[in-house]
Amino acid sequence: MKPSIQTTPQQSTGRDLPDNNPIINVKGVTKVYGTGSAAMAALRGVDFFIRQGEFVAVMGPSGSGKSTCMNILGCLDIPSSGQYLFQGADVGRLSRDQRALLRRNFLGFVFQGFNLLNRTSALENVELPLIYRGTPIAERKEQAKEALRSVGLSGWESHTPGELSGGQQQRVAIARAIVTHPRVLLADEPTGNLDSARSREIMELLTVFNREMGITIIMVTHESDMAAYAGRQIHFLDGVIANGDEPERRQP
Amino acid sequence: MIWETFLLAQREIRRNVLRSSLTILGIVIGVAAVITMVTLGGGATAQVTKDISSLGSNMLLMRPGQGFRGPGGASSTSPMFKMEDVEALSREISGLAAVAPSSNRIIQAIYGNENWSTTVTGTTNAFLEVRNWALTSGRAFTSADTRAGKAVCIIGSTVRKELFGGLDPLGVSIRLQKLSFQVIGVLESKGQSSFGSDQDDVVLIPIIAFQRRIAGNQDVASIYLSAKDGVSTEKVKKDVETLMRERRRIGNDQDDDFNVRDLKEIIQALTSSTRVLTALLAAVAAVSLLVGGIGIMNIMLVSVTERTREIGTRLAIGALEKEVLMQFLVEAVVLSCFGGIIGIILGLSAALAGAHALNIPFLFNLKIVSLAFVFSAAVGVIFGYFPARKAARLNPIEALRHE
Repeated sequence: MKPSIQTTPQQSTGRDLPDNNPIINVKGVTKVYGTGSAAMAALRGVDFFIRQGEFVAVMGPSGSGKSTCMNILGCLDIPSSGQYLFQGADVGRLSRDQRALLRRNFLGFVFQGFNLLNRTSALENVELPLIYRGTPIAERKEQAKEALRSVGLSGWESHTPGELSGGQQQRVAIARAIVTHPRVLLADEPTGNLDSARSREIMELLTVFNREMGITIIMVTHESDMAAYAGRQIHFLDGVIANGDEPERRQP
Repeated sequence: MIWETFLLAQREIRRNVLRSSLTILGIVIGVAAVITMVTLGGGATAQVTKDISSLGSNMLLMRPGQGFRGPGGASSTSPMFKMEDVEALSREISGLAAVAPSSNRIIQAIYGNENWSTTVTGTTNAFLEVRNWALTSGRAFTSADTRAGKAVCIIGSTVRKELFGGLDPLGVSIRLQKLSFQVIGVLESKGQSSFGSDQDDVVLIPIIAFQRRIAGNQDVASIYLSAKDGVSTEKVKKDVETLMRERRRIGNDQDDDFNVRDLKEIIQALTSSTRVLTALLAAVAAVSLLVGGIGIMNIMLVSVTERTREIGTRLAIGALEKEVLMQFLVEAVVLSCFGGIIGIILGLSAALAGAHALNIPFLFNLKIVSLAFVFSAAVGVIFGYFPARKAARLNPIEALRHE
């Protein structure tokens, strides 16, 4: 039986949760791919939590389990064992559609490769999440324009990704991620394809959204100077968290 | 959301115009072929039916011999009919509206410097009645003409045109085998029969005149009969056969040495063969619709593979499985319906041109047009479903990683 959970924002009180009620709470999560002798543990018991409004950098070498962890945090995947509580809801027990609704209503995604729709204008790209939310068209256009303005792309609404630079494309992608005012923004190496000047611009944008809109940001990065923008770093190594950089290890 | 999906689909289609047009080509050809075949087939059937009924209503044709042996193919062993047979038939069979004798021969008709080879038929006024044939000018035979076998004739419009051009033929004499016949009437045009012969290439003269002056015998080669309104041709046919067996003294154990054909049978045989042909052609066309559907499925599968990352992005953003399914399904259906509409337009234009070229009526068949449209939409649903389901069931993580 599926637990009754809150996948829509209407009665959400997430932002008003007291500080000791983390928005993301990971308890003993493991993830095993394959079965039998071919089984490979990507995560081998991970515990941490993230509070509303934090900016966390996730670091670690390839194969350390950080991508697997991000997929679980993004409700794209579920743990093999352990619990992942998002706003108190046990994501591992949700159906595929319930997890899609969680993403639609509370999460924003920024990818290393931007993942914009080709031959589709910047405005239409930013509108996409609002279409799935069923926002009326006039309101949708307004919100999408506002989101583009907030990433400094006013006047570029009708340009397609092909007509934009890498930095501009990533800013469109960020506008698409924040247009729904998500509770959590998950960024997977958002500066991985950009030069250092563009990377700094993107990081400054993320910092602004974190501070001014209170969006919780979880960002995977390889570069320590990008990670330095975050308030806290989580290091993965061989499927477990390697650093002691967490303010408090105890479960609330 | 449906409207959004529709807009999204048509934007997707416009994003790749060339590929979209190639995708729907199969549907376009299939629908166009079905519409053309069925419309032309319907027109041809209507034309054949009209042609045959223009031969005469409730008409029966009696000839010597056991079956039809083609023109002039009356068996030499079966005796010809006589005028007494014609008289006996009209006297003794109550269901008959008209009985017309007919003997004919191909003869060179000459007027001035013009000559024209035509079919000269010896008959009576009953022939005009049986064949539903009216005069455009002049008069029919008088009873004196018929009884005495006077040298008068009624000409068909082709003969009139060939011999007289624009001149008035009434009262003028033409020569048939060195004999002079005065033109007393001109027949209205019946056009070509569906068997390809020109029905207007004819000269009618009194049967007695034909027997005495042209054939030199007392024979009647065939007899046209028409049943009265409300009397079944089957019953009349039976009565005629009984009477003729008696008159020709055919024993109970002997076969008829004459045959009576009901024109309805010929109409039925012809229309049913046209229908079978139409159905066959439509079946071939339907196969090409099927191939068109497979074409759509093929392209949609390619499209799903090509847009895997996009699907991954949509799923990550929060699209539900059924929303992605709908997106691709609607895209396939919009494509196939669009192909259907183009096919209908092309098919109707081709049928219009074909009907004009073949000289048959263009009959707009709403049933087949709607059927073709519904079928093309159904092709979109059926062949779009599998690729759409494939897209909807993608694992978002793998889809996002797809290169």
